[in-house]
Amino acid sequence: MFLNIFIGLGSILAKKSVGPVRREFTPWEDPDHPPFIEFRNVTKKFGDFTAVNNLSLKIYEKEFFALLGGSGCGKTTLMRMLAGFETPTSGQIFLDGQDLAGIPPYRRPSNMMFQSYALFPHMSVEKNIAFGLKQDKMPASEINARVAEMLQLTKLEQFAKRKPHQLSGGQRQRVALARSLAKRPKVLLLDEPLGALDRKLREETQFELMNLQEELEMTFLIVTHDQEEAMTVADRIAVMDKGQLVQVATPAEIYEEPNSTFVADFIGDVNLIEATVSDKSDAGTKLTSVEDGFAIDSDQVTTANVGDKVWYAIRPEKVRIAHGRAESGQPNQINGLVWDIAYLGDVSIIHAKVGADNEDILRATIANVSRIVDNPITWDEDVVLSFDRDAGVILTS
Amino acid sequence: MDQEQNTAPTRRTLGGWLLIAVPYLWLLILFLAPFLIVLKISLSEVAVAIPPYLPTFDLAEGWAGFTESLSQLSFENYIWLTEDDLYWKSYLSSVVIAGISTILTLLLGYPIAYGMARSPQAWRPTLLMLVILPFWTSFLIRVYAWIGILKNEGLLNQLLLFLGVIDEPLVILNTNIAVYIGIVYSYLPFLVLPLYASLERLDGSLLEAAEDLGCPPWKAFWNVTLPLSLPGVIAGCFLVFIPAVGEFVIPDLLGGSNTLMIGKTLWVEFFNNRDWPVSSAVAVILLLILVIPIVLFQNQQQKMSEKNG
Repeated sequence: MFLNIFIGLGSILAKKSVGPVRREFTPWEDPDHPPFIEFRNVTKKFGDFTAVNNLSLKIYEKEFFALLGGSGCGKTTLMRMLAGFETPTSGQIFLDGQDLAGIPPYRRPSNMMFQSYALFPHMSVEKNIAFGLKQDKMPASEINARVAEMLQLTKLEQFAKRKPHQLSGGQRQRVALARSLAKRPKVLLLDEPLGALDRKLREETQFELMNLQEELEMTFLIVTHDQEEAMTVADRIAVMDKGQLVQVATPAEIYEEPNSTFVADFIGDVNLIEATVSDKSDAGTKLTSVEDGFAIDSDQVTTANVGDKVWYAIRPEKVRIAHGRAESGQPNQINGLVWDIAYLGDVSIIHAKVGADNEDILRATIANVSRIVDNPITWDEDVVLSFDRDAGVILTS
Repeated sequence: MDQEQNTAPTRRTLGGWLLIAVPYLWLLILFLAPFLIVLKISLSEVAVAIPPYLPTFDLAEGWAGFTESLSQLSFENYIWLTEDDLYWKSYLSSVVIAGISTILTLLLGYPIAYGMARSPQAWRPTLLMLVILPFWTSFLIRVYAWIGILKNEGLLNQLLLFLGVIDEPLVILNTNIAVYIGIVYSYLPFLVLPLYASLERLDGSLLEAAEDLGCPPWKAFWNVTLPLSLPGVIAGCFLVFIPAVGEFVIPDLLGGSNTLMIGKTLWVEFFNNRDWPVSSAVAVILLLILVIPIVLFQNQQQKMSEKNG
């Protein structure tokens, strides 16, 4: 629905965009814009293991930034270095122009919401929220006012006197959030903040986090392994692997224009087709699939040379599937045999066997736009799979 | 799943009943029965006989004989305890010595338990083993060894003289200080173990959270670690205080003639004076002194947890 509006808007303004535009906030596109948080050639080693490897990253004020990666990719270590719980082996970290080296966690202007929430079990909800304010020697009246404000913000008013063990998981999560926001930190660090919540609550909370961030005009840095979460909340995502940044871009760019097979595969579902460049020009690139020899015509201009091996990455929802056979000699059309159909309600995922030996699987999704289907695609049926020139991405690594 | 188990009717099999009966039988035979015997003796009268008190129950005389014997029991021995100030002074002195020893044990034991709980995971079993290691040697031998260390020409004095810290030997043995040393040494593991257990359970992220919110580490200890280790502190202190009040061996071997402790008084009544009824009365009162605060404390704990839960 929203997507359609955006597409509609796009055609009216005749302006092309990768995916929907969330908000007019793109300080990273301006090279002169000063960064708010900067990691400069940061390396962190634990014994022989390099958790973060010579990493440089700029995050801007009021940005909602996500560090995304699998376990052990170094994302949590990176955040803990910003919070002060780990010291970089080499490199520098700046926050609001200040070099953070040698500053202990209790003097840093950042606050963290812990994965386990780390609520003090012997203190009531309001005492937990007031804890950080008391450390700053804030007058009692101001503390009370701030705690009341935080309770209201997180809709916890009636639980003020309760202890953490008397709360549900969702309520605890809100207390942890309120506690980390109470001091109005320059940066809020969120370490897998929604991991312990069930799916419905998690989705709700993601939108609440976004609204909260916009309302408070604060910089949020979230660490997560959940790509959907990162894509929902963040202005920009950094995909990490083996202690390095693989790609830093907006969610739409990460999804639609991944820079490597790793990112394409990590984010969402993708068909990766190995191909050789058969012809290239300023108008696009022609590829031949290695396994099956079918022709791919792409509007993308590639840096690869004719004869080079590349990957053609295409998302299942961009593959059309229809009854019948491919027209001979036409690019971007492949004959297939329906192998599996998974019905998910909103969409159906179809696994089709393609190629000369019917050995490769190409995945296509169809949106279930109507309840009754006249001529459904069924198992063991011959189908034709096709896609547009701009549907896929050519990847060289 | 849990709910199913909760709502299912509780039907115990014979085996189930037997299993529950075991601890109750144990308490009945080894605690309640001996206590009742001691209570009965404390209400009896001293006599030159075997056993050295009257009346004694004789099954041969039947029910009439039993009630006859009961009517001879009196609280005379308890009244006697209030008339001689030796007894209440012994009680008071025992409680004071045990109290001071418990505080000293806590001051020494907390850092040990804390250090163990914060040490690398791989070291912990070894450290735990080291705490328990003294138990492998007889308690009596270990207390005797302290005589060798603390006496005027003992190891401690020789070392201090050699180092030039003192000019003449310190008199430690046969004083209350030696008793404190003995109690602290002997009961330290009883305090360290429960305390270690509660400190080890402490979630490290709580301390990180405290630091993150602007609390320096020493203050985080005061605000987070200490309150959360309180159950361990209380359990450990009870485990030291209760046996220390009734301690006999340590004051007898290490203490002086003026070290007054109820365990020693009891020993003298029982073996030197052969006054079983009075020593039984002393033991019953001691039990009451110890049981009442424990019951009160547990009631308090229960109320607290009910309020919280």
